[in-house]
Amino acid sequence: MDNSKIGHHISGQFNKELEDIRNKVLTMGGLVEQQIELAVQAFTTGDIEMAELVIKQDNQVDALEMAIDLECTQILALRQPAAFDLRLLLTVIKIINELEIVGDLAERIAKMSIQLSEATEGKVDQYYELQHMATLVKEMLHDALDAFARMTIDDITTITGMDERVDREYASIIRQLITQMMEDPRNITRTLNVLWTTRAMERIGDHACYICEHLIYMIKGEAVRHLSQEELEKRVKG
Amino acid sequence: MTTQQKRTHTIDMNSIFNNKGASEQQQETCIKVENLNLFYGEKQALHGINMEMPKKRVTAYIGPSGCGKSTLLRCINRMNDLVDSARIEGRILLDNENIYDKSVNVAALRRRVGMVFQKPNPFPKSIFENVAYGLRIQGINDKRILEETVENALRGAALWDEMKDRLNDNALGMSGGQQQRLVIARAIAIEPEVLLLDEPASALDPISTLKIEELINELKEKYTRVIVTHNMQQAARVSDFTAFMYMGELIEMGTTSELFTNPRKKQTEDYITGRYG
Repeated sequence: MDNSKIGHHISGQFNKELEDIRNKVLTMGGLVEQQIELAVQAFTTGDIEMAELVIKQDNQVDALEMAIDLECTQILALRQPAAFDLRLLLTVIKIINELEIVGDLAERIAKMSIQLSEATEGKVDQYYELQHMATLVKEMLHDALDAFARMTIDDITTITGMDERVDREYASIIRQLITQMMEDPRNITRTLNVLWTTRAMERIGDHACYICEHLIYMIKGEAVRHLSQEELEKRVKG
Repeated sequence: MTTQQKRTHTIDMNSIFNNKGASEQQQETCIKVENLNLFYGEKQALHGINMEMPKKRVTAYIGPSGCGKSTLLRCINRMNDLVDSARIEGRILLDNENIYDKSVNVAALRRRVGMVFQKPNPFPKSIFENVAYGLRIQGINDKRILEETVENALRGAALWDEMKDRLNDNALGMSGGQQQRLVIARAIAIEPEVLLLDEPASALDPISTLKIEELINELKEKYTRVIVTHNMQQAARVSDFTAFMYMGELIEMGTTSELFTNPRKKQTEDYITGRYG
């Protein structure tokens, strides 16, 4: 792991504080990834206990978010960081916000899976299309966190590029769900639950992209939000 | 408010996005340093410095001890002439005139380029006489002119309200922060074009420091200011442009906001973030 961007301060204590913040962000990221993993499993298997675990884990995620936020505030107040250090802290504050939202989305999927499982008395179908989309967004989030850990944006546009595939999957699932609702209105309640879940996953992909944008700011010092994929690629290369 | 009134209330997006531009646009150069080398005897203290300082803006020099920032500052009003071993190559243009030209009258130059030092150095005279000193040596003794100038200078240095009833007290009885503002008043009494400040707040407490910084800011419209400081937050707070120097070389110069959030050179980054280079 490359520590050169965080380390080498004359103040060893400052190195430690930044390192500590980075580790906490990665812990938080790991927890959120696990939440998504379990939530999707609960959804496809109808395992209510697993879904409840996801809901419980969200408290840990929230607590970590507040702790990291506080540490960043203290460093800003006490050390008046500049340049990369400043951008790092600003980025961390934004990333943990994204992660917290992703945690909430996972929690929502877990809640949907409980409702769905109760409504169908445990006889859920496997939702293969959804699983494919879940794999995609999990990979996006994982790679974004990995880029943060390694403090590099070399492959960042590969991650943001995946969002187009997620959006295509999303559109196609929505079409299917609409068809199901038209075929039999009794399906509507159940289908809506699936729809909210699909929507939550699509949003997770978006938040992974936001994390990537924050990382580009951290490394390059350039604000690159609200750009198309092509423009983004140009700016990262340029 | 009617809808029509609302509609006329537009936001100038350019001014929001080009905050960099706000300090960059329509810059008139006041001081231009060209290929400046300075030697103290054998030792070279400044290496090929090239920079431009815009008019009526604050430029800050930052860098570790011994990097040449005070030396460079002192070149601007030829204070280094007083150092026997100092030898200079290159040019410094003040309003397009080379201040090292043989025809330049150094005393006249220093009237145009005032200087404030790290330690306040008031004369052991009254507050009034301290500020009036520059005029008196120019032969101005008209009481009315002196009084008016002293009042304006003290107001300019944010000292008038504190000192207007004590103008005949000895200046040495003032606090350090007041003394520093007094010497700034003395410097601006003769209306220089440029004000050089060499660590003007390093011997002061935080509140006096803020007052000096506020003062530097308030002098905005009138003078071109160049400040040397060890305190990087101070440079960040008061200056429009910052130059980072290291080992007698100018490493990087840019708008202060850019230099402190996204410096281009690694040496600058290491210095302002407190890393060993």
